[in-house]
Amino acid sequence: MPVSKLVGAKVKRREDPRLIRGLGQYVDDINLPDTLHVAILRSPYAHAKIKSLETDSARQHPGVVAVVTGAEIKDQVGTLPVSGGNETLRVPKHYVLAVDKVCYVGEGVAAVVAEDRYTARDALDLIRVEYDPLPVVTDPEKALAPDSPVIHSEWPDNVAFRSEQKQGNLTKAFKEADKIVRQRLVHQRLAPIAIESRGVVARYLAAEKELTVWSSTQIPHMLKSNLAQMLKLTENQVRVVAPEVGGGFGSKLNVYAEEGLVAHLSLKLNRPVKWSEGRSENFQATIHGRGQVGEVEAAVKKDGTILGLRYKVIADIGAYHQLFTPAIPPFTGLMLSGCYKIPAISMELTAAFTNKMSTDAYRGAGRPEATYVIERMVDRIAQELKIDPVKVRRKNFPKPAEFPFKTATGLAYDSGNYPLALSKALKLAGYEKLRRDQKRLRSRGRYLGIGLSTYVEICAMGPKGMWEYGKVQVEPNGKVTVLSGASPHGQGQETSFAQIVADELGVELDDITVIHGDTATVPKGIGTFGSRATAVGGIAVYQSAQKVKERAREIASHLLEVDPDDLNFAEGRFSVKGVPKRGFTIQQIAQEAHLAKNLPKGMESGLAADSQFEPSNFTFPFGTHICVVEVEPQTGRIEIKKYVAVDDCGKVINPLLVDGQIQGGIVQGMGQAFFEEVIYDENGQLLTGSLMNYALPRAADLPHLNLTRTETPTPVNPLGIKGIGEAGTIGSTPAVVNAVVDALAPFGVTHIDMPLTPQKIWLLCQETKAAGSEGRR
Amino acid sequence: MDGAWKKKISIRINGVEHIHEVEPRLLLVHFLRDVAGLTGTHIGCETSICGACTVMLNDAAVKSCTVLAVQADGADVLTIEGLAQGEKLHPIQEAFWECHGLQCGFCTPGMILTAHQLLMRNPQPTEDEIRHALDGNLCRCTGYQHIVDAVQYAAKRIKPGLVRSKQKAVSRKQ
Ligand code: FES
Ligand code: FES
Repeated sequence: MPVSKLVGAKVKRREDPRLIRGLGQYVDDINLPDTLHVAILRSPYAHAKIKSLETDSARQHPGVVAVVTGAEIKDQVGTLPVSGGNETLRVPKHYVLAVDKVCYVGEGVAAVVAEDRYTARDALDLIRVEYDPLPVVTDPEKALAPDSPVIHSEWPDNVAFRSEQKQGNLTKAFKEADKIVRQRLVHQRLAPIAIESRGVVARYLAAEKELTVWSSTQIPHMLKSNLAQMLKLTENQVRVVAPEVGGGFGSKLNVYAEEGLVAHLSLKLNRPVKWSEGRSENFQATIHGRGQVGEVEAAVKKDGTILGLRYKVIADIGAYHQLFTPAIPPFTGLMLSGCYKIPAISMELTAAFTNKMSTDAYRGAGRPEATYVIERMVDRIAQELKIDPVKVRRKNFPKPAEFPFKTATGLAYDSGNYPLALSKALKLAGYEKLRRDQKRLRSRGRYLGIGLSTYVEICAMGPKGMWEYGKVQVEPNGKVTVLSGASPHGQGQETSFAQIVADELGVELDDITVIHGDTATVPKGIGTFGSRATAVGGIAVYQSAQKVKERAREIASHLLEVDPDDLNFAEGRFSVKGVPKRGFTIQQIAQEAHLAKNLPKGMESGLAADSQFEPSNFTFPFGTHICVVEVEPQTGRIEIKKYVAVDDCGKVINPLLVDGQIQGGIVQGMGQAFFEEVIYDENGQLLTGSLMNYALPRAADLPHLNLTRTETPTPVNPLGIKGIGEAGTIGSTPAVVNAVVDALAPFGVTHIDMPLTPQKIWLLCQETKAAGSEGRR
Repeated sequence: MDGAWKKKISIRINGVEHIHEVEPRLLLVHFLRDVAGLTGTHIGCETSICGACTVMLNDAAVKSCTVLAVQADGADVLTIEGLAQGEKLHPIQEAFWECHGLQCGFCTPGMILTAHQLLMRNPQPTEDEIRHALDGNLCRCTGYQHIVDAVQYAAKRIKPGLVRSKQKAVSRKQ
């Protein structure tokens, strides 16, 4: 490989010029001539029978072209797909519009198609629905109680699935323990809130029998296959385009009712049809994340050694499964070992149907839950044993020499140096001094808290069928086209993939175009999620570039009449060893390859290669985050004084992009810790149905983040990169909560459930004060 | 919709006059996007929270999802499409590019115009002042840090007077 010039460099993004000028084309920016607009009537009830549905007046409204109901189209559009899950999985039929009963507030009941979007919305008001309300259950624990209303009458109860993961000798671990530390933990429901909500445009060309669907999706290829199936078309009749996508965070890693519905309407009406999700619809009908309630038990020795961990958890599924709903909670079980040597671990999981929107993958998807469990527990253990939380962590880390490190949960962590990241973060934060300050300030009635999180996460999804596709093609004019099956939506792979190819082929960055997100151009792909785009998709691109180079070498050797081994390659040019003047640039070779007049015997024309990469293992990025807060017990206000993060995602292609991912991730994790929670009342009404009552982190809420990295390459792929899309979110949440709990330790506080709102903090301080535990130090 | 009462309005967008008959209930953001075809102004909430729809209306940053098009009759509007001078990016655009101040880019037009207003009013803001000025604009991707960096970077490079949108709008009028 030539000396890398671009890989590792802070290269400005190539996608930015169009975006900073407002010229990016998101779904809602696509305006095809003759487009019809869809508005969806959604259920105001969380659980009800549809007694009657009258759509005549809506149909007669001027400008309305069609009105459809679930009963009318259920035989024409298939149900929504579900992936993953074990033999206990129960899959209720999930229609694109409710057929005779609704199971959550926001479930689509009917759709109006009209000449413009205002008219479509007007006509919704003319549809008359009579509902027969049924008893509602929204609390997942109550949903599993014997007296709970049952949401899907096909089954006797609300169990969506169960799973049990158990490894190591837990009985022994708990028998040998000096202490058992217990904690109940709630991972509240969150709304992903990409700032671009969802949207779909579908156009059916009847003459060509060709359906094109533009969707704000992370998975155009998977969506294509699923739409073909739902609409009973062949795959070659369906093209899916993910144009500019305004953020996803897992929420667009799905196949949604509206995608099937809008495509169907275009087929039926033979005109382009468009639906743009409003923000309140986004709260009601786009997947939520997290939603687990669990009891943890840790068996520990006096010195802080963790012998075993039990996690008994209920996952809140919502009313139906979405695409990966059953796959998310088990991820938590897989990652429960965190970055520690824990010989025995179990997770007993029961997933419950509730009258709410489905949960599914949201940035981190199962791993933030695991990290929160283990990182909160390590701090709880430290508090119980009166040992510094840093010591407990160090005590249980595997040594760098122990990698690949096998966990009790059956994973093999690829590479890592946990003590290094920790020491670096402690130094950067000034840990010793912080502890002295904390002591000093406490004596003056000020409450400083220091929280750590030493996380490890699982990335680069993944082995076993989760490949990604890439192609590199040198055009006759010497410019390079790169195709990728990944579908970036802000992560910047148009830049990082070009960096990889530019280095490999020795061509200019500006001569490379990266194309993604269109199933008609990119023959196959899986998509962007699970921090896989670069660590899997980037490798497919890299391998293809290598293949192109090898082919170019063969052609050069043929043209120059020398052995391929007698050629040097540098700066995009093959030259004869010892005779540097004799040679061809890759562009000249491309031209020869396309002319195909003088190629090695049997070689086909053109200079291109594609490949697929499927990693042999996951990758495991890790790091240490330290959060320092000051809590004001009189008001419950929390001020973040300092935030330090040392992250390790292996080799880095573009530090600018990696920093961006970490910063955005950390803030999203802080959102969970401080502000965010999707709340349904006991009637299933969504109380946080708009950005007015669901708080996202804002610029003024946040401190300046102090970031640095260590670099432990992974052996899993040839570039040594691990992936960084979710690490920030996974690492930050527990650091924040640990800091706040640490600050309030003098009040006897041992745990606080998220979000840590001032009201909650204030009440807690009041209660402990009232209980007379103030000053217990 | 046919038959609805409509009003003829004229809005100068990025120096170009747009005259149309519109329903009085039409939001300015829909006028910009659907009538004038300028889709750089985005919609993230329609409730005046996210700031994705921020434009300059007579030199003041407004959330165009909460302004009716008829209220902007006779006004000057600057949208993201009007910020660069031909191929030459505005210093704030340059700064967002340089500092990686965007990821998915959806919040970006609104962020840039809000930053534009801030720098008009306060050419050398502190980090704190920047964070407060951006408080009405949500970004889910960046965590804001690179956006703050970008605004600081732009502040260092903007020549006084360059941020006056009105002058720019007038000079663009042919
Ligand atoms: S769309 Fe106007 S503020 Fe969100
Ligand atoms: S860059 Fe995606 S919302 Fe700001």
